[in-house]
Amino acid sequence: MPNTLNIALIPLLSLAGFLVLGLFGRKYFNKVSGLIGTILLFISTVLALHTAYEYFFEYGKVAGVYQQFIPLQFTWLAFTETMTINMGLMIDPISVMMLVVVTFISLMVHLYSLGYMKGEERFPIYYAFLGLFTFSMLGLVLATNIFQMYIFWELVGVSSFLLIGYYYEKPTAVAAAKKAFIVTRFADLGFLIGILILSYCSGTFDFTTLIARLTTPGSMELQTAATYSFMGISALTWGAALVFVGGAGKSALFPLHIWLPDAMEGPTPVSALIHAATMVVAGVYLVARLFPFFALTTPEVLVGVGWVGAISAVVAAIIACTQTDIKRVLAYSTMSQIGYMMFAMGVSKYGGEDGLGFTASLFHLFTHALFKALLFLGAGAVIHAIHSNEMKDMGGLRTKMPITHITFLVACLTIAGMPPLAGFFSKEAILLAAYQQNKLIYWVALLTSGLTAFYMFRLYFSIFWNKPFQGHYKQQGEGGLVMMLPLILLSIGAAFAGFIPFGNFVTADGVAIESHFHVIFSVAPVLIGLVGIFTAMYLYKNANDHPNQLSNSLGGLYKAAYHKFYMDELYLFVTKKVIFNLIGKPAAWVDKTIVDGLVNLTGSGTQMVSEGIKKLQSGKVQAYAIYFLTSLILLTVLFIYVW
Amino acid sequence: MMEPGLTHILFVSISLFFIGVYGFFTRRNLITMLMSIELILNSVNLNFISFNKYLWPGKMDGLFFSIFIIAIAAAEAAVAIAIIINLYRSHHSIDVETAEELKY
Amino acid sequence: MMSGSTILFYLLAALIVCCGVLSVLTRQIFRAAIYVLFTLIGIAGLYFWLQYEFLAAVQIVVYVGGIIVLIIFSIFLTQQAGDKLAKQHINRKIFAGLSVFCGFALTIVQVLEHGFKMGTEDPILPTVENIGHRMLDVNNSGYAFPFEIVSILLLAALVGCIVIALRTKPESEVNQK
Repeated sequence: MPNTLNIALIPLLSLAGFLVLGLFGRKYFNKVSGLIGTILLFISTVLALHTAYEYFFEYGKVAGVYQQFIPLQFTWLAFTETMTINMGLMIDPISVMMLVVVTFISLMVHLYSLGYMKGEERFPIYYAFLGLFTFSMLGLVLATNIFQMYIFWELVGVSSFLLIGYYYEKPTAVAAAKKAFIVTRFADLGFLIGILILSYCSGTFDFTTLIARLTTPGSMELQTAATYSFMGISALTWGAALVFVGGAGKSALFPLHIWLPDAMEGPTPVSALIHAATMVVAGVYLVARLFPFFALTTPEVLVGVGWVGAISAVVAAIIACTQTDIKRVLAYSTMSQIGYMMFAMGVSKYGGEDGLGFTASLFHLFTHALFKALLFLGAGAVIHAIHSNEMKDMGGLRTKMPITHITFLVACLTIAGMPPLAGFFSKEAILLAAYQQNKLIYWVALLTSGLTAFYMFRLYFSIFWNKPFQGHYKQQGEGGLVMMLPLILLSIGAAFAGFIPFGNFVTADGVAIESHFHVIFSVAPVLIGLVGIFTAMYLYKNANDHPNQLSNSLGGLYKAAYHKFYMDELYLFVTKKVIFNLIGKPAAWVDKTIVDGLVNLTGSGTQMVSEGIKKLQSGKVQAYAIYFLTSLILLTVLFIYVW
Repeated sequence: MMEPGLTHILFVSISLFFIGVYGFFTRRNLITMLMSIELILNSVNLNFISFNKYLWPGKMDGLFFSIFIIAIAAAEAAVAIAIIINLYRSHHSIDVETAEELKY
Repeated sequence: MMSGSTILFYLLAALIVCCGVLSVLTRQIFRAAIYVLFTLIGIAGLYFWLQYEFLAAVQIVVYVGGIIVLIIFSIFLTQQAGDKLAKQHINRKIFAGLSVFCGFALTIVQVLEHGFKMGTEDPILPTVENIGHRMLDVNNSGYAFPFEIVSILLLAALVGCIVIALRTKPESEVNQK
């Protein structure tokens, strides 16, 4: 049975870390705050792994099906007797898997930051914010209740804002933090409306009850919900679509992706934790959590989910081929991989062999967290050593940073889908699911995996080969054990995690799926990956002019991709020219003139009245006596004649 | 014209009362205000006596009230004169309009 | 047309009202005092007409002979007798007149509407003997107690007047002693 205390401690330890370091860190714990944060998180990770072991191998499986357990639930806010916002812990295959992912990656980032952020003035605050983020993310995955998830969703957004804007003296960082928060908040509006529609139709906020009521055919709630529709589309479809909009914003899918590249202004370990491995997958987690509802009641929304994912994947891959800032390349790579996860969800059905997409998506989430964090931390080591993000300042670093080189290479091979590394297994599962359900998406995905291999190896060769290093290299080199150890651990995970039989543990309906290994099928993706790798090798291994010739020949297309298809400019135009002028300025005028005017009017009105009344107190006794008599007469008349 | 009864005497006393009130409101000199107050007190006396004679001839309460009112009016006039003298010493005028220290 | 007592009543009433009006309107302070004096004499006359002789006598002795004399002394003490009194603002006069008129109208209307019922008991004659008996009677709804209270009040007023009007000695003289 689930051990409530252990499971409750997992998020609460990080919360304690946030509170202690946030309130007292600067004054008392300045140098040791990193250690405190890391130790707390280490305990959380151990507890998470223990919980996962117990769940998957001891009590979780009942009659061949993985059950959902709710060890703790209490009512936080009750609207009526039946509709309440509860806070609780939910243990089920996906939440336990996410516990492991979040705590492990967070631990790696905490450890790495001990070296990367050493000497920072606001060192304790950094660890406090990391603790807040970890707490919020863990609360999100453990949520039993859609409103609880929304609360932690917003908290995660706040932590992301705080961490992106960590270097608050840089105006670009401040702008990026604002952009991230506003875009995700805007998407969360859709999420909130979706929550309201779904909870209105099902009469509850609780996940288990909501899914049960809205997926059982012939249930009362389904029948009443079918009668509501808006603009020809049923209410439940709207609800599901709006909830997905919220998820799409947080997961940086097209067209709400504009915040993710700018979020790279934050410190690199933050990018590794939040914008690669954990927060951006919250959208995928949301779809996974509500998957029975999406698959059984509103399958048309799943089609939309699939296409949004596929488009994001391919657009991001194209843009990534042209970027020169290494963190931007990795950001677009993240967007592309999340697109993969999303369309894998989109093509999945609910149970049995057809539910492969669900399992594949979560398997890819697991492996992606490992190798993307590894890539970011490796990039961080490079940036830490040479103090620049641009590819043109790099080159030939393989001799100077051997460990970083090897681990980076492992990660690139994994993301390109080379066997027998983890990325190969998870990508193959996704492509298989796509092939079985939607051939068009399969071809798009295949093309994208080729592009993925190309741009990742473009990155790899530009950093570690290409030209001999000409820049200024920091004295202590790669960074000490605290920075290298996470890289090594993550590379081990990225290499061998593929051998976990994921289908036995995480599936849409809890029943295990056999993980087949189709040799013939795997030929195509591996081949196209190799084509990408060799193209990159040809263009970038040694410094030559071929890349420039290629980009010139592609002309306009290259230019558009380099400018990210002008999406940022489009958004700026809409907000500045349209919204600010048409809505913002009139609203500001109304506020200043009418609302403030009314308030000032009451103030000045009161003052005028009081000035008038003040004159009555003249200090003259006879005047007072006249008032006295007059009032007396009036009252007498009143009482005798009127009442 | 009829035999003068209670109503006629009440008319006299009421008009004397309000004449005294007008004088109290209008006069600027403290001593003239005091005189107006005496008029008011006398009108009240007249009221008591007329009610005693016409409505309650078997009792004498009204008469006693009047006697006491006269006595008290005398005491009050004396105290008022003392106050006026004191006020004259501090303000050097007995114009009541100058004593407006309690103005806003 | 009517008996002598009726004419007498109307004459007295006219004296009272006219002298009252003149006393509040005149601008010379000494004349105001004299008009008040005549008003008080008129009221004493009314008491005589109502057959309350004792009270009329008390009125003349205390009011006319005591209070008005006191007032006239204070007029001379403050050297006000010759000058004309200051005029009041016309606003004040209008407002005062208006409210006084309204009050007067209201009270008269109430009195006329009320319709007093005359008492029917056997009248007690207000002779000095009856007054004396009642005033100093401790039982039988006597007024001995209020009599004593009034005496105390007179004593307090006496002492109070002297204290208020006392001229405080200057500081230096007190210290030198």
